[in-house]
Amino acid sequence: MSTAAAAAPLTWQAFKSDYKPIWCPGCGDYSVLASVTKAFAMLELLPENVAVVSGIGCSSRIPAYTNCYGFHGVHGRALAAGTGLKIARPDLTVLVAGGDGDGYSIGGNHFLHACRRNVDLTYVVMDNHVYGMTKGQPSPTTEPDWSSKLSPGGTGLRTFHPLVIALAAGANFIARAFSGDPNDTAQILAEAIRTPGFSFVEILSPCVTFCPEQREWKSLVRPAPVAATDDPVRAARRILTDDGFNIGVLYKGGRKPYQPLLGRATKRLADLEAEFAI
Amino acid sequence: MSKRMRKPKRKSRSTGWEDFLARAWAMEIEAAERYASFADAMDQHNNREAAELFRKLARIEQLHADQLLEENPSKRAPVLPPGGLRWDGGEGPETAAPSELHYRMQPYHALQIALACEKKANKFFAGYASRTADAKVRKAAREMAEEEAEHVRLIEDWLKRTPVPEKDWQHDPDPPLVSD
Repeated sequence: MSTAAAAAPLTWQAFKSDYKPIWCPGCGDYSVLASVTKAFAMLELLPENVAVVSGIGCSSRIPAYTNCYGFHGVHGRALAAGTGLKIARPDLTVLVAGGDGDGYSIGGNHFLHACRRNVDLTYVVMDNHVYGMTKGQPSPTTEPDWSSKLSPGGTGLRTFHPLVIALAAGANFIARAFSGDPNDTAQILAEAIRTPGFSFVEILSPCVTFCPEQREWKSLVRPAPVAATDDPVRAARRILTDDGFNIGVLYKGGRKPYQPLLGRATKRLADLEAEFAI
Repeated sequence: MSKRMRKPKRKSRSTGWEDFLARAWAMEIEAAERYASFADAMDQHNNREAAELFRKLARIEQLHADQLLEENPSKRAPVLPPGGLRWDGGEGPETAAPSELHYRMQPYHALQIALACEKKANKFFAGYASRTADAKVRKAAREMAEEEAEHVRLIEDWLKRTPVPEKDWQHDPDPPLVSD
């Protein structure tokens, strides 16, 4: 955590903007928004010291719905933007957010290297196993036999396993949460933000429009039966053998975050602007 | 939330007057906020009838919260933790889950959600009354439980006056998932 307020802490409602979310009724992302704002409030942050960075997709609308600084970036490039911001402004709390398509497909390469770099930021993926904004195409986490009008008979492709990939690539904190339990998710997010280094929180967030069967996730999720480990081998075994519905902090390492020494700026903003002028 | 997801009840929970008031007030406020957000979501999807009903429910819950403060000698709102209160079972007993919504839902469905929430609230206060050792809190919790039971009856009556949706209420002639 980078900053803390000296005055009375703000309530979680103070971190919400006046914009009304335009997600589908029943979407899990509403609860994720509540969890994110609750985590900020729990940590007694101030909106002006927090940046929420996203890519493209339904869940990537989230910066607009918070009262913090926000950057709604290019598809799959949220982590690149977030990393740059955190390196340049280490005093800020940076939370990068998006969906499974944005993070694991278009932004898959950035995901790997963000884990490897271990910059002190938190990455939240609202995973609903589908591209919702573009009307229901299969994503990297879609089950191989998920049949829809756009993928008759299913893709037949093995699913991407983000948690174990994050672990192998070097993420320092790995957790799984469920949008249907916003208060526990807020606790997990607060712990992720508080933990130095790259924290990855995958939140199962149902898309009730294109995958109505995900309403059943609420009866499948359960707290992880064991506490978080700092042993990556043990963590890998647990993550690989669970069914994807164990909720909680699954791995918490002690790797030092990457933060290069900042040099002096050689150019002013106006110089850069002139350079890019057409 | 599944039964398996529920956490064991905390043994050392405070059952004093302050805790009771904070929980009773927070429960109503959280419910009011949630219904208001449901109304916004329904407005976004042009489901005016459901939006109107959720807004009405939000106003009712806010009224209950205001009444609680009015009856409290200090008249001051309890100070809650910045991230909100922690509840057994995730959220407040009267807070409806966003996953219950559907963009084509009708007032009848909204009332069913409200009915389930009022029943949970009744159960919560009845349980609180049975656990506390404080006579003042017990009396207040019993009163609240009775009040919530009255709300259950009111909503059941409301449901009787509300048209029951047709079987295919979810059918959308212009569905979101299409491939031409």
